[in-house]
Amino acid sequence: MNLTTPLGDEVLDLRAGDTVTLSGTIYTARDEAHLRMMEEGIPFDPEGAAVYHCGPVVQDGRLVVAGPTTSARMNRLSGFLIDAGVRALVGKGGMGPEVVEQLRGRGVYLALTGGCAALAAARMTLKGVYFEDLGMAEAVWVIEADHLPLTVGIDAHGGDLFRAVREKAKTQFHQRFNTKQDTVS
Amino acid sequence: MMVNPADPTLSDALADATERALLEAEIRLPPDVLAALRGAAAAERDEIARRELGNILENIALAEERRVPICQDTGVPAVYLTLPPDVPFTPALFEGVREGVQRATAAIPLRPNVVDPLTRENSGDNTGVGMPAVHVTPGERLTVTVLPKGAGSENVSRIGMLLPSQAGEIPRFVAETMLLAGGKPCPPVILGVGIGGTFDMAAALAKEALLLPVDTMDDYEQELCDAVNALGIGPMGLGGDTTALAVKVKRAGCHTASLPVAVNVQCWACRRATVEVKR
Repeated sequence: MNLTTPLGDEVLDLRAGDTVTLSGTIYTARDEAHLRMMEEGIPFDPEGAAVYHCGPVVQDGRLVVAGPTTSARMNRLSGFLIDAGVRALVGKGGMGPEVVEQLRGRGVYLALTGGCAALAAARMTLKGVYFEDLGMAEAVWVIEADHLPLTVGIDAHGGDLFRAVREKAKTQFHQRFNTKQDTVS
Repeated sequence: MMVNPADPTLSDALADATERALLEAEIRLPPDVLAALRGAAAAERDEIARRELGNILENIALAEERRVPICQDTGVPAVYLTLPPDVPFTPALFEGVREGVQRATAAIPLRPNVVDPLTRENSGDNTGVGMPAVHVTPGERLTVTVLPKGAGSENVSRIGMLLPSQAGEIPRFVAETMLLAGGKPCPPVILGVGIGGTFDMAAALAKEALLLPVDTMDDYEQELCDAVNALGIGPMGLGGDTTALAVKVKRAGCHTASLPVAVNVQCWACRRATVEVKR
């Protein structure tokens, strides 16, 4: 399924584990950009927007590499975006239970393969920037995406693929090593 | 031919070799790592995991084609020198490596990652007090090996001072390291395991183990690898057969009352390259 921004209720039909591609305008934001947006407001139209957790390398107005950063750092910083109408968060590694609840009935978390910075940049065109004073990694870059390959990590119904995998891994570990303890003494 | 220790050309030649090694490492994965990723992609049964591995392989091809870094976390380099008998062990070696890291940071370009540990002030050129770490061993030729390493995997690495009676628990300690790490280190990972030595030596051995080729594992390494892959964490923590591409072990003698075990976690982008210094 190909998603195109601005996103609407079609994201509510997605299920954790689904494959999608994402096209259209997306906005990068890391820790500092989230804090700035909370203070000064969101500089783009958040209705149906996709926010990409990414600190790209930009040279001469061109994206050199633009892979995803660890989304969990934004666990406590994302609620206001979803409240404002953002429908998709894109990053790597998944997000915490508070975000799973915030996305319920409203939006999705989409996982892009970690480390795939050249692949991501090959499917993106740089369109503009907000908060450039935050520096290259932390500014909000406006990007036109062309079929970014993504996996639905968290759906709008509480489904969380990362949590399911973690729980299975824990069960496997305790079975194999016949223990209930979490750490070696 | 004896090299004059005051000769600035040695330092310059070393800087040049370090820069070339970093360029090679950052844009192109070593053939053994690439082969391991391809093998894993062919064997993987999970559909999502196969897609993640496909993205990784496509990314590697694109980075090489466009001559850009494989990942935007270009890491901080650990540097290993081999020193032939006719090259004196002087500060010029360390100065040359440092200069090479600075040149590579500007030229490739690399993300400036090195900061003061407390003030967090960024040096802007990937060097700092004691950084890059340079390790010197005797050798036949003067070579520079770089191992630039990102923080996502480094941050979930672990060391344990096990009891001498706990040798049988090493597989559990290694698997537990990945259970705690989950998708954070960008699996599929390569695990470098240092067993024995002292507290510091076990960690150094674990890192050195990441320099070993990943296309072979002995029975013990295979046992550790199987224990990790049984967890089913899969590429990026999305589930699947491929959590670790390989586990490599280095050992050293240790105190009869100790059993240090260190696990250095490496993301799939196991970037390393060796360049001989032109003299």
